[in-house]
Amino acid sequence: MALPFLLEIGTEEIPDWMIPGALESLHLLFEKTGIPHETVALDATPRRLVLRAEGLPERQPDTEERVTGPAKSAPPQAVAGFARKLGIRPEDLAVDSTPKGEYYSFVKKVKGRSTKEILAESLPGIILKIYFPKSMYWTGKGGPQFIRPIRWLLALLGDDVVPFELAGVRAGALSSGHRRLGSPEIAVTIADYEQRLRDHYVILSAEERRNRIRGQFDGIHVKADPALLETLVYLTEFPTTISGEFDPQFLELPEEVLVTVMRHHQKYFSVEGASGKLAPKFVAVMNIDSDPQGYVRRGNERVLRARFNDARFFWETDQKKKLADRLPDLAHVTFQAKLGSYLEKTERVMAFAKELGGDAHALRAAELCKCDLPTELVKEFTELQGVVGGLYARVQGEPEAVWQAVYDHYKPESMEDAIPRNRAGRIVALADKLDTLTGCFRVGLVPTGSRDPFALRRAAQGVVKIIIEGKLEISLDPYLADASLREFLADRIRYYFKDIRGFKYDEVNACMAAGWSNLVDLETRLARVQNLRSSPDFEPLAASFKRIKNILEQAKFTGAGAIDGGLLESGPEQDLYEEYKRIAGQPIEKVISRLRPKVDLFFDKVLVNAQDPRVRQNRLTLLGTLLKEFSTIADFSEIVTTS
Amino acid sequence: MQSFQEIILKLKHYWAERGCIIQEPYDIEVGAGTMCPETFLRVLGPRPYRVAYVQPSRRPADGRYGDNPNRLYKHSQLQVILKPSPDDVIEQYLGSLEAIGIDLRQHDIKFEEDNWEAPTLGAWGVGWQVMLDGLEVTQFTYFQQCGGIDLDLVPAELTYGLERLSAFLQVRDSVYDIEWAKGFSYGDVRYTDELQYSVYNFEMADIPTLWKLFELHESEATRLLSLYDPKSPAKKRFPLLPTYDQVLKCSNLFNTLDSRGAISVTERVGVIQRVRRLAVGVAQAWADQQQEASAAQGAQ
Repeated sequence: MALPFLLEIGTEEIPDWMIPGALESLHLLFEKTGIPHETVALDATPRRLVLRAEGLPERQPDTEERVTGPAKSAPPQAVAGFARKLGIRPEDLAVDSTPKGEYYSFVKKVKGRSTKEILAESLPGIILKIYFPKSMYWTGKGGPQFIRPIRWLLALLGDDVVPFELAGVRAGALSSGHRRLGSPEIAVTIADYEQRLRDHYVILSAEERRNRIRGQFDGIHVKADPALLETLVYLTEFPTTISGEFDPQFLELPEEVLVTVMRHHQKYFSVEGASGKLAPKFVAVMNIDSDPQGYVRRGNERVLRARFNDARFFWETDQKKKLADRLPDLAHVTFQAKLGSYLEKTERVMAFAKELGGDAHALRAAELCKCDLPTELVKEFTELQGVVGGLYARVQGEPEAVWQAVYDHYKPESMEDAIPRNRAGRIVALADKLDTLTGCFRVGLVPTGSRDPFALRRAAQGVVKIIIEGKLEISLDPYLADASLREFLADRIRYYFKDIRGFKYDEVNACMAAGWSNLVDLETRLARVQNLRSSPDFEPLAASFKRIKNILEQAKFTGAGAIDGGLLESGPEQDLYEEYKRIAGQPIEKVISRLRPKVDLFFDKVLVNAQDPRVRQNRLTLLGTLLKEFSTIADFSEIVTTS
Repeated sequence: MQSFQEIILKLKHYWAERGCIIQEPYDIEVGAGTMCPETFLRVLGPRPYRVAYVQPSRRPADGRYGDNPNRLYKHSQLQVILKPSPDDVIEQYLGSLEAIGIDLRQHDIKFEEDNWEAPTLGAWGVGWQVMLDGLEVTQFTYFQQCGGIDLDLVPAELTYGLERLSAFLQVRDSVYDIEWAKGFSYGDVRYTDELQYSVYNFEMADIPTLWKLFELHESEATRLLSLYDPKSPAKKRFPLLPTYDQVLKCSNLFNTLDSRGAISVTERVGVIQRVRRLAVGVAQAWADQQQEASAAQGAQ
């Protein structure tokens, strides 16, 4: 008979962002048990991780096991002893002939273990192996570790409790409702589980909680914020929205500041007015069913008012000192112990910006870009660094190109984020990131594994994205003297072209092997190789180039000397040379169809390894010259051919 | 309406009924209730303990001359330590909010991840900030390590921000408008110290003198620690508690120097290290001293 299974791990509030990963991990661990089942469903709220499966067998199939005993020649007592151990009579034993002789044996029927037993045995291990980025002890040193204390365990297979114990908690048939609106102990069956939870103000399905929140936005133009929505979905068991208001006078503050306060500090959705501008309203999500007295709304409005008052105070205080006048203050702000203060960093960023061809606007922006670090507003809202500097620069009358460059210079913050909007911003962002990268690698602060405290991967990714998408014709070589930084950046370039831009890995390798100091040029060559690939001549020619490369390597050919026309054999060799002379200097796209047959014929008819060393050397020189001519776009020997 | 002091009395009463020793504030300046020996040292070792106390917490850099409605140089924390933490610790905590008249069916409570770390104490834990209608009212932490030592029993630490909680309950926008007792506002009682300490900390504290004091306390703590001998039969009488007082003095002087702008960001790390070394030294010696004491007690 097929049985349904329900596991609910009841905990104290799990950090919202860890929940989806934990469910995935629980799912994998359950599959690993190998217990057959038809379906699996995973659900979670902050206080429970739930796995439900259907169609589990009651027990594993019975198996047979052949037990071999004493040899046929053994004394009768030994035979009787063997039979006794199996609980049968000696006459029930069979005799097997084996190459080693005849032996008593018996086929034992092994009853399949019950699924309940297997689950009872494996569930404690499964639960404790669920992956969390950080975990804790709660029963004491050396005890079990989990993300937060486990307070109850519900484990049912069909109608039966799967008996096991973990961290002093015994699995049972009880769940628990919402902390204040439900009962702490509710008896459930697999069939009524979800409904019983609902009766006790717990909506088990994240999808349903998500829809419930969205459904309550009606009539209010809430700014879409999928990440915030996910946070709230996993921060509540019974989400209900309330909308509140704030004094429109606060709208004088920059929208960025207001939105940050609402989003990051209070987890509120912002609301847009008819014009698309920020409205003096917000939407908060409660973890209860209603707010009939308006207590929750008024409470949240007061907190927001206090926060906005703080922000306004900081904004006004900061205005008393111009951004440019704060430059000397940066001497007291450490960038990194071995890399000096932010004043020193600023000087380096300015030098980089100049080298990279920055104009006066870029240089001014480089000078100002870190000056918001000592402002009160950035001390309070660190996530707004850069943005705040840009806003202050704007109010203080800096040209648009300058304030926008300051505002944008931390961009792109992710692969999806846009690069700075103007050229000055791109130059400053690039200068800042290159300074961080070269500096950190110089003093040995190199990312290892998942540890990357200075976010160097993001910086390197930013460098690649800004140069390519900003079409900056600059040479990276001067900044890549450090071999490990060079490799680090090469990795990011490969990742960008392969995973973000969808080029094939061998195309990327081939083009990079022909140089990548200029990323804009690399992008152009990649596009050319990608186009060439559709030509029927491409792969055969690539294969020939690989062959040429191998031949030259084996012959330890150094590339010295010119081709001696007198030593060429008439026919395919002479033809190939003539063809080369005709097409030299032309782009490969134009000549590929003419070149390929000549190369093929050459390899078909001509023996490179000629008897006469002069002829051999001359042939190698011909091949070397040909390879060199067409290797400026890519090293075609890196192309993986299908034939 | 409940006054500030009534709220405190009710919370103390609530936790006393749940087996807590009610302590008075520690009489040396601290930046947080966690630093008091009743928390920092008592959480070490295998002996269960429960204590609650109000601790005035001094953060010189947070002073605003009494001008800011939400920020204070000195605020009051109710610190509760439950060692080991009971299974129903969250329910007990929620019960304490109900004990001061918060109907949790009418208010929104959320537990948002907030891990705690005190580098100067070699201490960390995991937990939440407890949000009540969008206001952070309590820091809830399961201690994992203190003084660099893994804890035998995991204590729950509840830190209530009493001014915030009272402003919430009394519906006041400024802490200075909180009614402390009938006829007396929080401002009546505390405004003067906010003003005068801000002036001292930001303008008048003599930096060379503070450094000298810091070094004196540091060297006294170092001297004492060097004399602790884990093998001595008389180690039980060794004055580790007075040694720890010296560390607390250092910590407060560091904070004052910091608010005075006397410590550059680069220097900071080094000074924090110096305080940490002392705090960890005391914690380790204390754990050693207590181990012997509890072993001896078990043998009796």
